[in-house]
Amino acid sequence: MTTDVHQLDDGAWISVNDSREVNVSDLWLLAKSDFCDCAPTDFLAEGFVETGIDPPNIQAKIAGRCITCGTEGVTNWLTVGRVIEPESGEFYGVVQDSVHIPEK
Amino acid sequence: MPTKVENWKDEVYGNEIRDHLMTFAEEGWDAIPEDEHDAWFERFKWWGLYHQRSGQESYFMMRIGTPNGVIEPGQLDVIAEVADKYARGPVDNPEFGDAYCDWTTRQSIQLHWIKIEDIPEIFDMLESVGLSTQQACGDSWRNIVGCPVAGKDTHEHIDAWPVAEDLHDTFKGDDDYANLPRKWKVSVTGCDQGCGQGDINDLAFEPAEKDGELGFNVRVGGGLARKEPRFARDIDVWVPTDRVDDMSAGMSALFREYGDREDRFNARIKFLMDEWGPEKMRSVLQEEFVDFELPSAGEDMRDQYTYNAGDNEHGDHVGVYEQPDGNYYVGLNVLVGRMGVDDVYELADLADEYGSGEVRLTQRQNIIVTDVDSDRLDAFLDEPLLEDYSPDPHPFMRGSIACTGTEFCSLSIVETKNRQVRYARWLTDNVSLPEGVEDFHIHLSGCTASCAQPQIADISLRGMKTRKDGEPVEAFDIGLGGGLGENPLFADWVEMRVAADEVPGYIDNLLDAFEAKRDGDETFRDFVADRDEATLQDLADPEETSYDDPYLGNTKMTWYPYAEDTDMQSSPAPTDADDQPLPSDD
Repeated sequence: MTTDVHQLDDGAWISVNDSREVNVSDLWLLAKSDFCDCAPTDFLAEGFVETGIDPPNIQAKIAGRCITCGTEGVTNWLTVGRVIEPESGEFYGVVQDSVHIPEK
Repeated sequence: MPTKVENWKDEVYGNEIRDHLMTFAEEGWDAIPEDEHDAWFERFKWWGLYHQRSGQESYFMMRIGTPNGVIEPGQLDVIAEVADKYARGPVDNPEFGDAYCDWTTRQSIQLHWIKIEDIPEIFDMLESVGLSTQQACGDSWRNIVGCPVAGKDTHEHIDAWPVAEDLHDTFKGDDDYANLPRKWKVSVTGCDQGCGQGDINDLAFEPAEKDGELGFNVRVGGGLARKEPRFARDIDVWVPTDRVDDMSAGMSALFREYGDREDRFNARIKFLMDEWGPEKMRSVLQEEFVDFELPSAGEDMRDQYTYNAGDNEHGDHVGVYEQPDGNYYVGLNVLVGRMGVDDVYELADLADEYGSGEVRLTQRQNIIVTDVDSDRLDAFLDEPLLEDYSPDPHPFMRGSIACTGTEFCSLSIVETKNRQVRYARWLTDNVSLPEGVEDFHIHLSGCTASCAQPQIADISLRGMKTRKDGEPVEAFDIGLGGGLGENPLFADWVEMRVAADEVPGYIDNLLDAFEAKRDGDETFRDFVADRDEATLQDLADPEETSYDDPYLGNTKMTWYPYAEDTDMQSSPAPTDADDQPLPSDD
């Protein structure tokens, strides 16, 4: 089965195989990111701009803000979860408030 | 490459969605194929149904579009009946009870907790009195807004209600304009006060005179969403009343053909206006989309605009006003636009008893009872219901607007309506407004979509997060000094990431500073405009006060913020037609 991923409702959430899996309004801790000078970046997800797949990873670029320094922008690709077995299509989300490293 | 949404729209969109909707309604929630949920929920919007947020699967928000906010005699009672019978969720709202109606900033009606199985009966009830959910959401002509007292206003130059009604009748259901790249918001104003809020619409008709004839100047490309606010721009066109349809057809066809279908974030016509500018917009319209010579703009009335202009003259339509026919309209304040269903029934009865039965919705989430006989005005004003929905409310009550928020909305970052109710009550009880300030707008929006129109308020609140004692809490960015009028201004964002429980203290401190430093009777808007951002930031600090905020944690993590057990796993959704949980696939 092909894994189907997209953002909907003005970037409010990410759908994986027609199931709402990742929502805006969570805080993500980003390490080694170019987003701002904070270490780590305490990033509020305000909208999903783009989604992608790098099997088994489900990825997204997220618009939002560092709530420590106020820098606004869009992240590089972040892994938001995984679909390990495309046949089942089951999605395993990452834990947002653990540390994440965006792709360069 | 067209977006997935465009591909779904190519397959099924517009009027034909209704047949599918009725089939799903008959067969039940489970009949919607799981691997087609996203496509169908996107399509259902065209018929006014918006799937509620995560944790509330199988429940829908339903929007009823009432052009110009006009609710004709007999309609309000049916709206109450629909809410009473079908808009009841599994848990009560602590401020508003178990069934309620929301009056929106676009003069529409929103109901929540709607089940798809009930749609046929709901549509039958609504349509029996001429109401519809058609195109209330989705990528097409949305509800047409305007001066809510069009036809009943002493400041009026053109009765804009028949114009708006004709646009509604012409473009709702017309397949040629059913599938646009994105939403299409239209405003018609006939008065000299600017209360149609044309400046923040995709297409705006504003009163203007040309060669001694009254008609409309045309503006294009306004909108507030996504931190990309734009005021509509003058395209140097005037049209007589009988050309409004042709002009609208041409403009929305231009949007249909040239709007961006490859990037929904870039699809609104404001971005095409950015790219083209008003001169090219006009020339493409003339050359490709209308078959008559477009007259240049006439003399407008913008220098007379007082609506939300910052000077206390005409902030909204709340209050008692004489109509040209000698009757009165009475604008009632509805705090954050939400009204319990028993109150809606009672208001419908009062409108019948004292007026013509007609009521109208404003763009400030309030409701107006029209056609009140002058002999019975005092008796109407003595009705007990008006103690809760006052025509003479405290300015903090009158000026409070809030969007739907995390209670139901996927995009919102924070809780909104119940919080704004608590803000307004606390401010009323604890904060004095400087002398002469009788109109003060505080608009609270849960996210950047700006459904509460925060950028055009005295104080703009936009949902955010911050940390307090290391813990994430709901917060707001705070903007100051926005408004409409002849020279509209967007709010200047000056105080960022203020914890929600410190917002009332900030407003208190800010108003103290305003009172101490204002120049005579300087208005708040002028006070803000006269100061640079750094000075504004130094005016006041956020502060904890006696205000208590029960929604400080992450309400979006709950399945419903006011449930006894808010854990997402405790959600009953999805449910069947009788609100009973459906078996999980797990």
